[in-house]
Amino acid sequence: MPLDIGERLRSLPVGSAVAFKLDPRDYADHYFAVLNATLRDVGSETGAHTIYVAVTNPAAFVWSLAQALDVPADRISFIDAISHIMMNYANPLPNATYIDSPRALEEIMLRIEYLIKKFPHPRTTVVIDSVNSLAIHNPPDLLSEFFHILLNNLKSRQVLTLVLETSDAEGTPVEQMLNLIVDEAIDIARGGR
Amino acid sequence: MDPPAEPTPAPEPPRTDGLMGPATILERCATGIEGLDNILGGGIPRGNMVLVAGSVGTGKTTLSLEFLVRGAERGERSLFVSVTEASDKLMQNLSTFEFFRSELVLNGSLVFVDLPVVYDRLGLEHEELLPDEIDILIRTIRDLVRSLGVKRLVLDSLTSVGYRIRRDERIRDFMLRLGQALSDEGCTALLVSEVSPTPGRYSLHGVEEAIVDGVILLWNTRRQGDILRVLQIVKMRGTSHSRAQYVMELTPIGILMAPHLKGARAEGGT
Repeated sequence: MPLDIGERLRSLPVGSAVAFKLDPRDYADHYFAVLNATLRDVGSETGAHTIYVAVTNPAAFVWSLAQALDVPADRISFIDAISHIMMNYANPLPNATYIDSPRALEEIMLRIEYLIKKFPHPRTTVVIDSVNSLAIHNPPDLLSEFFHILLNNLKSRQVLTLVLETSDAEGTPVEQMLNLIVDEAIDIARGGR
Repeated sequence: MDPPAEPTPAPEPPRTDGLMGPATILERCATGIEGLDNILGGGIPRGNMVLVAGSVGTGKTTLSLEFLVRGAERGERSLFVSVTEASDKLMQNLSTFEFFRSELVLNGSLVFVDLPVVYDRLGLEHEELLPDEIDILIRTIRDLVRSLGVKRLVLDSLTSVGYRIRRDERIRDFMLRLGQALSDEGCTALLVSEVSPTPGRYSLHGVEEAIVDGVILLWNTRRQGDILRVLQIVKMRGTSHSRAQYVMELTPIGILMAPHLKGARAEGGT
C-alpha cells in the first residue's frame, strides 16, 4: 500500500522532527512526493509557513517546483546555502535569503530564527534538504552538534522539522546520527516503515 | 466585623544561583537583545558599566544602538554619546532597524550627543585633557544623565576619549568616577572599546577591563574561509552568566545569536 505522506505528517505531534529517507533510484518521485505533501497537502490545509533550507539544489529550482504545486510565495521562505558556492546568484529570489556556504551552520540556525520571528505563524515547518549535502561540507561531529541544537530549539518552538536524507545503504554514519536526534524516521521506499 | 487576618506566608527558601551560594536578585536592565538577555539571566544588572570590546566590523556600535533603542521603547531614556561618528550618520543607521521609530528621537526618549561639540562648548581645547578638564567632562556627562533622567548610556568610543586622556592612571580615574556617577543615577552604561592586539587584554590601554563591571567581547573568526561574528561575555558582576561563545548576526529585526559550534576551529580572532 503506497505511503500517504500527507496523512503521516498530519498525525505527527507538534514540534516533531522527522527524517525522510529517499531512495536515490527513485529520487525524483520520492522528492516530489515529499514536496507535494509538505507544501501543498499539509501546507494549504493549515496555511503553514514553510522555511526551506536549500543545500542540495538552489532555491530557484525548488521554487519552480513549488510554483508548479501552486504554493503562494508568501507561504514559503528559502534559506539558500548553495547558490553562492555554485556561482548561481545572478537572479536572487525575493523570498529567499542567501548564505555564503553550507559550512556556515550557525548562519543557517540564525536565518531560521530570523524567518520564524519575521513570519510568525502557529504552524511553521522547516525543511532541511538535505543532511547528505550538509555532510559533504561539514565533519560529522559538527553536523551532529548542529542538528542536536537546531532540532531541540525548533521543538521548543513547536516547529515541525523535516530532514531529507538520500541513501540506499543501511546504517550509514549520517543515518545513524539522524536516528539519534529525530523523533521519527520515515523510509519512503519501504512505505514509511 | 474585621476581615480575617491574612495568613503569614512561609518564608521562601533562599534562591541559589549555580555554585555561588544564595543569590541576591539584582534589578536587571534587559538589553532587549533576546539572545544576550538569555545568557545574562535576564539582562545587565542595573547600574553596571560594561565594556563592549572588539575590533573593527564586529558589531559593537550596532549592539550598543539596539540596547538604547530597545530601552527607549520601554520608556527608559537613552543617551548615545558619540565621539567618532556624527549623530546624523548614526541616526541614518538606525533606519535599518525595522523596530526603530523616529518618534523615539523626536520625543526625546533617544538622545544623541556629539562629544566633540561638547568639548568645544566646554572649551576643552588641549590635545591632552588635563585633570581639571577631565573633571569638567565627568560632571557634564553626570549632569546630562541627571537632568534628562537617562537610564541607559552608550559612550562610543571609550578608546577615542582615552586618546585624549592619554595617561593610564587618568583613564583609570576617569572610568572609576564616571562609573560611580552613572551607577548613582541608576544608569546602565556600555562603553565601546577597540581591543588590544596583545592577547588576553580587552582594551587598548589595558586598565579599562579591570574597572568596568562587565566585558562583552566581540570578534570575527574564520571557518574554512567563512567569517563568523562571535560574542562572549568575559565578565559581568552581579549575575551568573554563560561564558560560552555565540555567533551573532545583525539583522533588520535586531541582533540574533546562536551557539558557536564547538567543532569550529578558530583560525583568527582574539
